[in-house]
Amino acid sequence: MGMTITEKILASHSGMDKVSPGELINAKIDIAMGHDLSIPEVIDKLEDIGVDKVFDKERVVIVPDHFTPNKDIQAAENCKRVRGFAKRHRISHYYEVGEMGICHALLPEKGIVGAGDLVVGGDSHTCTYGALGAFSTGVGSSDLTAAILTGMLWFKVPESIRFVYHGTLKKWVDGKDLILHTIGDIGVDGALYKAMEFSGETIDQLPMSGRLTMANMAIEAGAKNGIFEPDQTTEKYLEGRARRPYKIFRSDADALYADVREYDVGRIEPQVAFPHLPSNTKAISEVGDIAIDQVVIGSCTNGRIEDLRVAAQVLQGNKVAPYVRLIIIPATQEVYRQAMQEGLFEIFLDAKAAISTPTCGPCVGGHMGVLAKGERAVSTTNRNFIGRMGHPESEVFLCNPAVAAASAVKGRIASPEEVTRI
Amino acid sequence: MMVLRGRAWKFGRDIDTDVIIPVRYCGNPDPNELAKHCMEGIAPDFYRKVKPGDIIIAEENFGCGSSREPAPISIKAAGISCIIAKSFARIFYRNAFNVGLPLLECLDAPEWIEEGYEVEVDLDTGEIREFSQGRSFSAKPVPPFMQQLIRDGGLMNHLAKELGT
Repeated sequence: MGMTITEKILASHSGMDKVSPGELINAKIDIAMGHDLSIPEVIDKLEDIGVDKVFDKERVVIVPDHFTPNKDIQAAENCKRVRGFAKRHRISHYYEVGEMGICHALLPEKGIVGAGDLVVGGDSHTCTYGALGAFSTGVGSSDLTAAILTGMLWFKVPESIRFVYHGTLKKWVDGKDLILHTIGDIGVDGALYKAMEFSGETIDQLPMSGRLTMANMAIEAGAKNGIFEPDQTTEKYLEGRARRPYKIFRSDADALYADVREYDVGRIEPQVAFPHLPSNTKAISEVGDIAIDQVVIGSCTNGRIEDLRVAAQVLQGNKVAPYVRLIIIPATQEVYRQAMQEGLFEIFLDAKAAISTPTCGPCVGGHMGVLAKGERAVSTTNRNFIGRMGHPESEVFLCNPAVAAASAVKGRIASPEEVTRI
Repeated sequence: MMVLRGRAWKFGRDIDTDVIIPVRYCGNPDPNELAKHCMEGIAPDFYRKVKPGDIIIAEENFGCGSSREPAPISIKAAGISCIIAKSFARIFYRNAFNVGLPLLECLDAPEWIEEGYEVEVDLDTGEIREFSQGRSFSAKPVPPFMQQLIRDGGLMNHLAKELGT
């Protein structure tokens, strides 16, 4: 019996020829990542046990991105501690405000993660890097502390589910819609404890930005990791970017899967996930008349340059509806610069959108766009749980950047076809 | 032998980490401060009414969402001694054991145990008993290496022991 790509990466990092689902292994970590919420907890834990070291200053990555630029005094104190820790340990990959980005957009962009890596991060959306053919998963701060201290962590080898996508994507449909449709199909625990492996001819054609979006939301189906087999798109993305040699693993033809699910993407419309679960999806044509107060375009899910280009395409020549707030957040400084150079900011400003420096802010109800009681937001982020973006009685609808931009223009959830003539 | 006893608090499926503890409260790591906001999104009076030893009984996928460790920490600090659910989200599962909050997976108990029932849990055997109707249930046993973590008092103490600090 062969192995899946997930099993091969786990085997190679635990010095074994073969591993099987359910097996407990102790594996070597290539990259351990944390941010301004998880690293303060790591520092506390290291202090508790009286140790002050990291396993490798080149392989511990720290990106303050959640409550930065500091949203209040407490955030400032936390970031100060994190900065002190990074300085003291001479962490090579520490990214300050002004050079940072939302961690899951920044690490691939900077070439810090490569194919075949084993990555853990103190953030649930660490599964994003599976887009590059890495095994990558989110952990809590105790596990992160163990990884930062020892460079090792135990894992239970997950079963894999293979998702196969056939056909050509319709206009205005992208990776976000594929993953929302899939979560809508299998539910928020449809891949609980498992690996989601994405494949098929649609995926072969999907750009890296769409793959990053899909892998990012694997956690919303309960998965341990999401993963794509590396191909030419992966190698092209890593070329001139990867900081370390990378290794390409592919699933064997006779690898064992817990389930195989196939989708004809020609039937998939832009998706909208209704409150309060990412699995609560509807096609855009079935949404009905839902008035909104705020739109957020950005986040680790959809804050890349490709996402902003789509938003600009929809916003060009249009204006945000009266009394509606459109907040656009490029995910990294590099995306910010690129959007500016391409003239996208001009389009956003003409449309009356606010443009922010990179931050996770509104996605977690932190700052830069918190919702009041009874308010509704359309957002390109990844979660719409109760109270996610603010008051417990506010609501979040998840969608792709084109639908989000069109909704801002109409002041209700809308299809991009309603506002463009492309 | 480790036996826990308390009243049942019932919750449904997909109880997520934003409901357990919204991220805006996570900046202050003091467990007692976190506990004050535990479950406030769906059970605003939870913190005031919960008593030490009480047990949460839930359906599938408890703890889904974020990797934030304040989620199990806030539940533990509120006084909850154990959570019994049909299934748990995977990061929450690791985090709970890592901070010393035991979890048991059981399909039957959530079907029969009602809010307020007196419940007893034997962590060594996985046996769950309720005293209102007199039923008992068996949970999936906790894997040996997880029991070792609990015995050592969580992952950090386990590490400290191994490192000899």
